[in-house]
Amino acid sequence: MLLKFSALLGDDDMSKNEMIAMLLAGGQGSRLGVLTNKIAKPAVAFGGMYRIIDFPLSNCVNSGVYNVGVLTQYQPLRLNKHIGIGFAWDLDRRNGGVTVLAPHVKSGGDSGEWFMGTANAIYQNIEYIDANDPEYVLVLSGDHIYKMDYSRMLEFHKKNNCAATIAVLEVPFEEASRFGIMNTKDDDRIYEFEEKPANPKSNLASMGIYIFTWSKLREALIKDNKVHPDSDFGMHIIPKMLADGENIYAWRFKDYWKDVGTVESYWQANMELIKTLPSFNLYEDFWKIYTNSDIQPPQYIAPTGHVKKSIISDGCEIYGDVESSVLSPDVIIEEGAFVKDSIIMKGTVIKSGSVIDRCVIDESCVIEKNVKMGVGENIPNELKPKIYNTGITVIGENSFVPEGVTIGKNCVIHGKTSSADYKDLILESGKSIIMEEEDL
Amino acid sequence: MKAIGIILAGGNNEKRLGELTSLRAASAIPVGSCYRAIDFPLSNMSNSMIKKVAVITQYNSRSLHDHLSSSKWWDFGRKQGGLYIFTPYVSSENSFWFRGTADSIYQNISFLERSNENYVVIASGDSIYKMDYRKVIEFHKNQEADITVVCKEMHDRDLTKFGIMQLDDDGRITEFEEKPIEPQTNIASLGIYVISRKLLIDLLNEIVPEGRFDIVKDIIVRFRRKLNIKAYMFNGYWSSVGSGIMEYYNTNMDFLKEDVRREFTKDFPYTFTKPKDEPPVKYNEGADVTNTIIGGGSIINGKVESSVLFRRVYIGENSVVKNSILMEGCYIGNNCIVENAILDKQVSVSDGKHVSGEAEKPCVFKKRSTI
Repeated sequence: MLLKFSALLGDDDMSKNEMIAMLLAGGQGSRLGVLTNKIAKPAVAFGGMYRIIDFPLSNCVNSGVYNVGVLTQYQPLRLNKHIGIGFAWDLDRRNGGVTVLAPHVKSGGDSGEWFMGTANAIYQNIEYIDANDPEYVLVLSGDHIYKMDYSRMLEFHKKNNCAATIAVLEVPFEEASRFGIMNTKDDDRIYEFEEKPANPKSNLASMGIYIFTWSKLREALIKDNKVHPDSDFGMHIIPKMLADGENIYAWRFKDYWKDVGTVESYWQANMELIKTLPSFNLYEDFWKIYTNSDIQPPQYIAPTGHVKKSIISDGCEIYGDVESSVLSPDVIIEEGAFVKDSIIMKGTVIKSGSVIDRCVIDESCVIEKNVKMGVGENIPNELKPKIYNTGITVIGENSFVPEGVTIGKNCVIHGKTSSADYKDLILESGKSIIMEEEDL
Repeated sequence: MKAIGIILAGGNNEKRLGELTSLRAASAIPVGSCYRAIDFPLSNMSNSMIKKVAVITQYNSRSLHDHLSSSKWWDFGRKQGGLYIFTPYVSSENSFWFRGTADSIYQNISFLERSNENYVVIASGDSIYKMDYRKVIEFHKNQEADITVVCKEMHDRDLTKFGIMQLDDDGRITEFEEKPIEPQTNIASLGIYVISRKLLIDLLNEIVPEGRFDIVKDIIVRFRRKLNIKAYMFNGYWSSVGSGIMEYYNTNMDFLKEDVRREFTKDFPYTFTKPKDEPPVKYNEGADVTNTIIGGGSIINGKVESSVLFRRVYIGENSVVKNSILMEGCYIGNNCIVENAILDKQVSVSDGKHVSGEAEKPCVFKKRSTI
């Protein structure tokens, strides 16, 4: 029997939420390298104005899902501040709204317990879900860029009388072995789930978006937790439910969807937005993406400024040249500076005479005068060749790059560097400067 | 030192602003790419820690109500205080509109009576400035003034449009002339007053039943010898967008100057407005923008020079926009020329059309018109 905490929390039937969302926002996203050193992946800036989590949060509000639990774990400070009371997404509500759910110490235990897997994170918040007493639970991840109407997915879920519905994307067969693949019957009922299959039988890839009938999921979570303390939806819950003969369907999503998990895919997805006709349209009136920013002042392009093929956010001041780039709010590009094929995040200043080519520069950095960044050969990063290998140089937040230095490709800098940190004022391609914690 | 605020946003500026205010209150007129005039006094109130503010509206108030649909953007959505919007209403005793500034407050006198703050700050809704009203209240207290009028020495402005005053050596206002033919000084009232709540209630109860309805004429001028009315000199940027088309145009163009733009759009305390969460501005291949401020969500394909573009403006290919103000949602097709023009919201210029006003007389196109 379900425990009813509703009365305890002051909810009543009038405010009953048919479906609540649980947004998994605890991941580090380590393949984004230095960009997620200090913040969780969902808090990383995207498309100039936004942070990645704005997309699922806005989708929730636009779909009429007004009760969202956000599960945080890795570096939650910035994320918590961004979410606040949910004001920016109209999620500051009398009934429901947004609740940040952090791992915590359980009664009777001496120490806290981390979220060990995607399903384990939900398992640890059963009490929260029960208190809201929903029929259905929508499980989302805070890692993806897309616009989706979850209410249509719920309709599909109800129509097929599902225990679970998994949103899927048709991917090219040759890429299918990188995904969790759903093998389905003609009516899209799933009979098998294969994680990264070597020989895929289908090209329907899981998007990590699930709707569960809560009573079914609750039962599966409790059972699975006894076997797998690191319980994961793809690895454990879905296969177990399939084995139990539950009704699970694939819901096909045909629109834009991007996992911006790597430095290269993150850079690519941002660059797609600057095309004349981008495949992901932020300029539509309906299905607006909301974000949290204190003030949204105009941007200024000075008489000396030139901007081409770029998207530029509120409060930027452009005195120099910007081409094929994405700028977050309050960036200043000084006269004579040139920024090309780059992503510059909030509050960063590029001083005069500097040339930035194919770089990602995180928030609140200062790039001093006459810095050349992104020059030379494409040599993979020596410390982390798997992360930085496509020629993109990445500068972590709050970094300082001194006057006149030259920085190669696939370089990483994090911290307040001085010219003494650069041999002959040069950082060759593939090299890194990561300052000690206290200098960050 | 607690105070309540009153913003007079009921003025009818149709004669002065023409088509720009035929459908909206002067206080709701868009300014500086993303603001409306009333954002400036409202933000000043909020930033001066005045928690309870009344906005008194009258003419064409729909646009203003739309903008003020939620008070949370200015941080007034709180349990302590809040934003009160007063419009004329019909009761058994009266069925008329506000007959003047003093009357508009008098008809809402219960707002004053039910408050317990000591001071009232009265400001107009159509001026652009950044002011810490707490400093004015401090001055008011130190000077033991009955009323404090915020004033500014005007340079290079048409003094006959202002209330011009003469001061004695102590800064007490001795003469006050509204829109003088021959101005005696260049000290102008900015229409911002500080007065104790009790005195304001007493004065209103005295004058309005006598058929006197105006703050300037029936309180400041009439009582200047009886009451200690002091001038507080303000040195910052101040501009009234409600006083005429040229003033409106120039105020917007002032945002292209670094000091003015920084003051209002960057520096703390911030100017708040209703956020619209527009996407970044998109500059396509043919974009060539110089000396221009642009609001979010705009898409630029052409050339823009020395202009103020609001949110969601579209500029087509090979088009040129120069010295112009394009309000929210304007659409400029391909191969157009727009020069010295003020385009109200959602004006659409068809492909190949030319629109030019004169530098000293920009042409104005009303909301939703098509050229």
